[in-house]
Amino acid sequence: MDNIFFIVMRRMRAPLITLISVYAIAILGLVLIPGQDAAGNPYTMDFFHAFYFVSFMASTIGFGEIPFEFTDGQRLWVTITIYTTVVVWLYSIGTIISLVQDQSFKQALREQRFASRVRRLRDTFYIICGYGETGRALVRALTDHDQLAVVLEEKWDRINTLRMENLRQFVPGLCGNAGDPDHMLKAGLGHPRCAGVVALSNSNELNLKVAITTKLLRNEIRVICRADSHDVEDNMASFGTDHIVDPFDLFSLYLATAFQAPCLYLIQEWLSGYSRDQLEEPVYPPREGCWIVCGYGRFGKAVYKRLMDEGIETTVIEMSPEKTGKPPGLCIKGRGTEAVTLKEAGVETAVGLVAGTDDDVNNLSIIMTARELNPELFVIARQNHQENKALFEAVNEDMLMHPSFIIANRIRMLLSTPLLSDFLGLALFNDDAWACELASTIAAVVEVEAPIVWEVEIDTATAPALCSAIAAGNTITLKDMLLSPRDREQLLSCVALMHVRDETRVLLPEQDLVLKPGDRLLFCGKPTADSKMRWGMLNENVLSYIKTGEAPPEGALWRMLRRIHRRPG
Amino acid sequence: MNPEKVVFGFFIVLALTLNFGFFVGEIDNPDHHHVYELFAVIVVNLIATILKFGDRTQMGAVLLSTSLVALLQLFAAALVWVMAEHVSSDGMTPSVMASIVSLSGGAMLANVVSVVLLVIETVMLRR
Repeated sequence: MDNIFFIVMRRMRAPLITLISVYAIAILGLVLIPGQDAAGNPYTMDFFHAFYFVSFMASTIGFGEIPFEFTDGQRLWVTITIYTTVVVWLYSIGTIISLVQDQSFKQALREQRFASRVRRLRDTFYIICGYGETGRALVRALTDHDQLAVVLEEKWDRINTLRMENLRQFVPGLCGNAGDPDHMLKAGLGHPRCAGVVALSNSNELNLKVAITTKLLRNEIRVICRADSHDVEDNMASFGTDHIVDPFDLFSLYLATAFQAPCLYLIQEWLSGYSRDQLEEPVYPPREGCWIVCGYGRFGKAVYKRLMDEGIETTVIEMSPEKTGKPPGLCIKGRGTEAVTLKEAGVETAVGLVAGTDDDVNNLSIIMTARELNPELFVIARQNHQENKALFEAVNEDMLMHPSFIIANRIRMLLSTPLLSDFLGLALFNDDAWACELASTIAAVVEVEAPIVWEVEIDTATAPALCSAIAAGNTITLKDMLLSPRDREQLLSCVALMHVRDETRVLLPEQDLVLKPGDRLLFCGKPTADSKMRWGMLNENVLSYIKTGEAPPEGALWRMLRRIHRRPG
Repeated sequence: MNPEKVVFGFFIVLALTLNFGFFVGEIDNPDHHHVYELFAVIVVNLIATILKFGDRTQMGAVLLSTSLVALLQLFAAALVWVMAEHVSSDGMTPSVMASIVSLSGGAMLANVVSVVLLVIETVMLRR
């Protein structure tokens, strides 16, 4: 507020002082010049009438000559003052109007409004720096999961896109520089409810600056950065950036998982919420045979390296290998969109194809040409732009890599369910049979719908009933949490994925595990199971029903009656 | 030398001196208090107030508030004068004059505070 106030004050100084001076001179002149009344007696105007007269004269209202008709001397003075006062009056008004239209004034107003909106936030929120393709996907993912976000973006049109977006939560957005600490503070960096900062801009330097700003000003909150080069990643990690996300590395890791442990890949797909509606079918990328990678950019390189690590024979098709660097294996120069190049790479005998250029049209064309030549191909497509979603759905590839989407989902997972990323990391150490068993358990529990994932911490805020039962000396086991509060003979439709106590992580904990305050649990299951579980955690009577099968009387009077009733027995 | 400071100091001190000039004299004697002087005091005080606009310091804020107090008092005095001369039937009486002068006396006190603050700020600068 002060900012705008001071801008107005400073700009208004000169016009106001001019206005006052000209008024004072005009009034003084009218008072000094002798006039005469209706009867011809000498009369001098007093200050009251002079002020009145000048006020309406300057604003060009003009009520006429008062209180008596003017003498020629007075008229001479009034002629001069009309022009000066009117001009000065217009000048002052003009200054105010131009001030209102001034860009810096408008920007100050906008920043002001944005800051006050952010200040009023009462739930945990995240600051998203950069509203490009990825930022947009992340904001959508966060708001779809009922979490709040604040956006800071340099480009105007992107802020306008944010305003047009039909999101479930209101997302305040400011057109500002995320590298400017003042803008970061306005976006709520100092806000007690700010839970994390996500730097997603295309520029590595800007992301770095955001990470440094956050770590210096608010060391305790989490920072997640996007980085494209390992150099910048090391730099970010050096001062404690919590998570650094590289979409190409991440996808090649997924790909390796799909090769080595298809069931684990499937679980990963389900739990990280790629699809909100249906459970996906498992994919089995073929290992026996030759693969073709089109495009040897950042994505192509990451995939190529993974395929080589798997010991799969791979051919690369690249338009300009002199720019991107030549792969160690076979490399064919060309776009890959023409049948000639694909045939040269051996598409008829290949088992898999990766369309990984940074051009969506080329990728689609590669896939369509290759499918014509070899309909049995396993196809991995890279989608660069959100608006081409329908096209990629139509081409029906086996695996889709959409960098923005991958980053957005990964970050949403890190922010809302950090235990899930721990779980998926630890799950990699188990063999695929373990994962297949888990996949069939989850599929049996959730039936057709994709599962949701939630975390529970046993503390007095989220589970007061459980905590007080434990404090009263009851043993609460994991099974007590899994029983349905409606019918204790039945289990809720959910699976306990992980139990964390003092940094000890146990995957798929047993049902007879005894819980303690401070434990953290990760569940997945049907959306309804989450709310039913929280019922037992919050309500002592529901918990008592789950434990013993009977609901205790709720009111004090009934409790007293029951005690009297029980005593003789 | 900062020309802004010269103009600023000039108007603040002038506001006080003119105010004093109007204030001295027998409190209820209209001959001792001229209307032109009151007019000059009001104009100079208005300009002094506007000069204080937009100063972000704590000192600037206090200076602005003293000026606003002085203006309030002076406007009240002018209003009383107009009421006595033009609206009421009695015209200017010693009791009305006394209240006008005492109002301007209050304004003078605010102007004194302004000048004292200005002096303090100047002394604290030490350069």
